[in-house]
Amino acid sequence: MSTGTTSRAGAPGRLAGTLYRGREGMWSWVMHRITGVLTFFFLFAHVLDTALVRVSPQSYDSVIATYKNPLVNLLELGLVGAVLFHALNGLRIIAVDFWKRGPRLQRQLLWAIVAVWVVVMVPGAFFMLKHSVEQVFGS
Amino acid sequence: MTTLDAPRSPQRRTRGRTNTELYAWLFMRISGILLVVLVLGHLFIMNILDGGVQRINFGFVAGRWASPFWQVWDLLMLWLAMVHGTNGLRTVINDYTRRDATRMWLKMALYTASALVIALGTLVIFTFDPTIS
Repeated sequence: MSTGTTSRAGAPGRLAGTLYRGREGMWSWVMHRITGVLTFFFLFAHVLDTALVRVSPQSYDSVIATYKNPLVNLLELGLVGAVLFHALNGLRIIAVDFWKRGPRLQRQLLWAIVAVWVVVMVPGAFFMLKHSVEQVFGS
Repeated sequence: MTTLDAPRSPQRRTRGRTNTELYAWLFMRISGILLVVLVLGHLFIMNILDGGVQRINFGFVAGRWASPFWQVWDLLMLWLAMVHGTNGLRTVINDYTRRDATRMWLKMALYTASALVIALGTLVIFTFDPTIS
């Protein structure tokens, strides 16, 4: 089935060749890449900051202190959202690869994991941001 | 620069073929399942159950790594996540670089950085000293 990238892209002149097939299959792949690369770069920073416990308690505590503000808290929430999407979509990929009905249901599976993501992230965001909200707006 | 064959064209390079990519593909799935438990567990415990970064300091880390269970958890998570992420980035580099030299240098930089971070993290977990000052 060849539907052509230009018809999906809408603007042949500018976007021709930049979209693969669009829709859920492609965009979940794009999001999987972005969240994976972001998480991997964070992991480097995270191992390096934790390694400071081998230098001295003071150096570790002073770096951790720079994380204790609402802005970094928001970044943490973004990280959790990225990791959670990557984890759920990874399970979807495994289902598509190994489950007989997986390939046919890949689109429904994506919307299922998006629903799970929302259901987990709403209370997750509440508990993660609670302290920052109290700090910013007074408790 | 590599060129792509037309779909279903006869396979070239029959000599020297290995199953490395198959093992890499399988590793991503097996480590992925383990990381779902290890990483989501880590995030849930650290960010929600234990009150997030507000509660973190040297004493918190010392208390945690007093238990071999969390030492093994963190070590497994470090190794699996680093290798999983390194292989992911290897795929990204393979996809987007156009010149062989660029691809080679980016991958060398990636492998060097990953090896250093894995070694550092492992060293820190194994040689952690709660009485350091």
